[in-house]
Amino acid sequence: MSDKDKQIPNPRNLKYTKDHEWIRIEPDGTAFIGITDFAQSQLGDIVFLDVPKAGKTLKQFEKFGEVESVKSVSDLFTPVSCEVVDTNKHAIEQPELVNKEPFSNGWLLKVKVKDSSEVASLLSAQEYDGLTGK
Amino acid sequence: MLINNPKLLEKQRTLLMDVSVAGRRASTTPSMDVPLSDMPPAELLRDDLHFPEVSEPQLIRYFTHLSTLNYGVDSGIYPLGSCTMKYNPKLHEDAVRLPGFANVHPIQPDETAQGALQLMHNLQTYLAEITGTSAVSLAPLAGAHGEFTGLQMFRAYHLEHGQIQRKRVLIPDSAHGTNPATAAMLGFTVTSVATDNDGNVDMDALHKELGTDVVGLMITLPSTLGLFERHIVEICKAVHEAGGLVYGDGANMNALLGQVKPGALGFDVVHLNLHKTFSTPHGGGGPGSGPVCVSETLRDYLPDAVVVKIANNTYKFHRPAKSIGKIAAFNGNFGMLVRAYAYIRILGAEGLKSISENAVINANYVLAKLKGDYLLPYQRLCMHEVIFSAKRQKEHNVRALDVAKRLIDYGFHPPTMYFPLIVEEALMIEPTESEGREGLDAFIDAMLSIAREVEEQPELVRNAPYSAPMTRLDEARAARQPVLRWRADADKQKI
Amino acid sequence: MAFPYITNTEEDRQVMLKAIGVSSSADLFNDIPHEFRNPTLNLPPPVSELELKRELEMLAGKNIDPQGWASFLGAGSYRHYVPSVVGHITGRSEFYTAYTPYQPEISQGTLQTIYEFQSMVSELMGMEVANAGMYDGASALAEAALMACRITGRMSVTVLDTVSPTYIEVLKPYLLPQGVAIDISSSKNLSLKQTTACLIVQQPNFYGFMEDMKAHAAEADAVGALKVVTVDPISLGMLKPPGEYGADVVTAEGQSLGVAQSFGGPYVGLFACKSKHLRQMPGRIVGQTVDSQGRTGYVLTLQTREQHIRRERATSNICTTESLVALATTVYMAALGKRGMQEIATLCYHKAQYAAKQISQLKGFRLTSSSPFFREFTVTCPSAPAEINKYLLSKSIIGGLDVSAKIPNGMLFCVTEVNTRVEIDKLVKELAGFADK
Repeated sequence: MSDKDKQIPNPRNLKYTKDHEWIRIEPDGTAFIGITDFAQSQLGDIVFLDVPKAGKTLKQFEKFGEVESVKSVSDLFTPVSCEVVDTNKHAIEQPELVNKEPFSNGWLLKVKVKDSSEVASLLSAQEYDGLTGK
Repeated sequence: MLINNPKLLEKQRTLLMDVSVAGRRASTTPSMDVPLSDMPPAELLRDDLHFPEVSEPQLIRYFTHLSTLNYGVDSGIYPLGSCTMKYNPKLHEDAVRLPGFANVHPIQPDETAQGALQLMHNLQTYLAEITGTSAVSLAPLAGAHGEFTGLQMFRAYHLEHGQIQRKRVLIPDSAHGTNPATAAMLGFTVTSVATDNDGNVDMDALHKELGTDVVGLMITLPSTLGLFERHIVEICKAVHEAGGLVYGDGANMNALLGQVKPGALGFDVVHLNLHKTFSTPHGGGGPGSGPVCVSETLRDYLPDAVVVKIANNTYKFHRPAKSIGKIAAFNGNFGMLVRAYAYIRILGAEGLKSISENAVINANYVLAKLKGDYLLPYQRLCMHEVIFSAKRQKEHNVRALDVAKRLIDYGFHPPTMYFPLIVEEALMIEPTESEGREGLDAFIDAMLSIAREVEEQPELVRNAPYSAPMTRLDEARAARQPVLRWRADADKQKI
Repeated sequence: MAFPYITNTEEDRQVMLKAIGVSSSADLFNDIPHEFRNPTLNLPPPVSELELKRELEMLAGKNIDPQGWASFLGAGSYRHYVPSVVGHITGRSEFYTAYTPYQPEISQGTLQTIYEFQSMVSELMGMEVANAGMYDGASALAEAALMACRITGRMSVTVLDTVSPTYIEVLKPYLLPQGVAIDISSSKNLSLKQTTACLIVQQPNFYGFMEDMKAHAAEADAVGALKVVTVDPISLGMLKPPGEYGADVVTAEGQSLGVAQSFGGPYVGLFACKSKHLRQMPGRIVGQTVDSQGRTGYVLTLQTREQHIRRERATSNICTTESLVALATTVYMAALGKRGMQEIATLCYHKAQYAAKQISQLKGFRLTSSSPFFREFTVTCPSAPAEINKYLLSKSIIGGLDVSAKIPNGMLFCVTEVNTRVEIDKLVKELAGFADK
């Protein structure tokens, strides 16, 4: 098996959607959003990311962008209502970063969370483990 | 294939601009026999043109070498499912080069193109007879263009009948991607209809979706699963009762020639892929031709133009009364029409029926011989193509893609992979009637041998092919950093 | 009865049916409702290859082959000399019997020729990128208009009334169902709005004359509309490429680049754009990459735009590239090369100027514009063009296109390198003869 086939465990400190996005809430009310290791492994080599510019406001579970592999396109949904503060330029320039480090350097959006109560409706790492058969 | 010397290969594959030398040329032009006029103002003229400068022998060797890197139907079995890669008769290639066909201008006066019009008229008649429909337009330039034309007629029909609320097209989930893409081009929304466990349309799901907002149904017969839809008559009836129309994607007509007429089953439009069923060559991705054959309901909506016969055995182009208008600059891919005409004339009714019979026997023979080693998702006889799943092979971490690539080493073109989408790890095999028993046996042996390799040396299969002009290509790199054209070295940083 | 395209014998079939486990081939078709099975096909009886060859020659012989005549008909399909090399390469069955290059390891021939095609088309047009080809010039232009709408998010296009009437008609089925409005405007009354997705111009225009592209580009820029241009590729051996006057999307009918006129098809649409619009481009695209041994090779790329992946959200439903026709144009462009392309353009230009000068000196014939023109020009005639054409036909001349629907008594003439001075002089003489009648 090559390196990229190795599974990365779902970090315990993140929250997840059933659409395979994760969100990491920072103490200052900002948050990082990305896609899970399971998602990147299903997609295969990621070649293009289409994500919104800073300033865009999004409702919970709204489609915010697309991630493309060589032969597939998947919609991205935001885990919570938020405003986009920043996008990951490194990942946009080198989408393989999302394959390699989906939970860390391969993040997609930095956002300002609008309503932190929505976090309750997301999955815990254990629940997400169950969803993806880990 | 000339692949023994990798260095030579690399050199021969250098692009034309890389070997271009100022002053060489591969053509001559006639002398100027008129007095020169003033040139247009300088601001309208181009400064330079960076085009290759090579000699005629260089040019011919370059493209000849490239041709040896290709695999065609003339190279061997090409079991690419849903593409009907049948043999392309050679007479056809001579026929389209006859000066009386090749040099005719598309809008020269009808009276100077009577032979071409007669051929088109006859072909319209033959295709209507074969499909059991009332009228035909040969104008669409490809299968997807036929779909586009067909749905334009649906739209025009519903508008004419005040049914502007009909905006939704139903499409089985096994369908080719062109079906939903075409519906979207017409401004319609798409509702996917599920397939049942036998590979037929789920009738409950269909009935649930039918309503007064439905434009119609697009359905491929036999389906892209290679199966004849058992409920087809009931389906057409239900769609009609709901006020919708039925579009027949004729991509798989090779299974039905002379066995059944789609028009009789209730289709309002059937498009034909002349490049599949009627043997016109695929050309490495076109040209195709996608005539639309329609029921009486839609004949007045056909695109401009159809050929009609008038008195004195003469023919002319005609625009039907409620025509959707022109869908392309001229009147169809005439070169393809000549070939399809020739095909039908050589075979006649009996020959066409024999085509579908042999195509279906060949596919079922492959099914029977391979079902022990590859998973067959639908336990029934198939039509002209058989779909396996490489799920069993996946347990060894070998995917459908790997099996396909390994076939190249055995000298065969791979089957279609990962389509239809509803079959996991799909391998779709369409032998066509062109293949004979011994040829199929060799293909079957290769597939069985690969199945053994998957169990014994999966790594071998995962890295195939080894004997092709190239090993696996990095498609991710191509998409991440698109390099789409030749550039002088200095400009290579740009796209 | 045995047929030449079927390999199995009756014995083969019996062996195979046994292996399948059915007693006859009819059992394989049992899913077809019984009452619809085995219909009668009322087709003419089959013929032999020799008989068919004669029949086809008879049909071809009923057409007037303009190659033997003096023809001055263009209007979207052009008579140019096709060097022999073109047919010899496109006649190689490794090219013409292959499918779309989905398996790049055994399709490098097709892929690399498409890459050459994209390279030459983008160079010719002065654009950054080109795709692998569209159906024809008209549908390519319609797809360009849709692309402009996707890029700008605007739902209206303006097309100059000097664009080919057929091309304008083909815009309708592509644009109207998606709710895109089409405004047909003369360049005099042009008024673009903030809601205009693009301005569509033909250069040289359908009537042969050069448009003022600088002025049109400025008008489009003023409202943020894209500039979509359909061009004559032969003219670009001489004329400024659209990239240099700021075009965003450029399309063309590729037929004149080495493709038989063949009563209207198969042809190929050329399609190029600025690289920033790449992801909205319809059609197939080939890109360069490497194989696992690091060797340069080519693959279909950016496929997520396409119908087989994005389905109803694809940029288009197209999945054909007219690849073999594109190959013909590639060989043609390479065979002519830099100098040949310049020479053909120059020949067309001077011959057309010569013909126009002679014709406009005749009584009652007048050029309809004083703008420069390339290989086509429109004149007004002293009587109905239909009548003139009938007369010319009786003198073995195919005249120009009757455009009297747009320009009273207008006739659109086309002159290429194929037309000799003798032919042009004959045309002029017969036109004079007609006028004197």
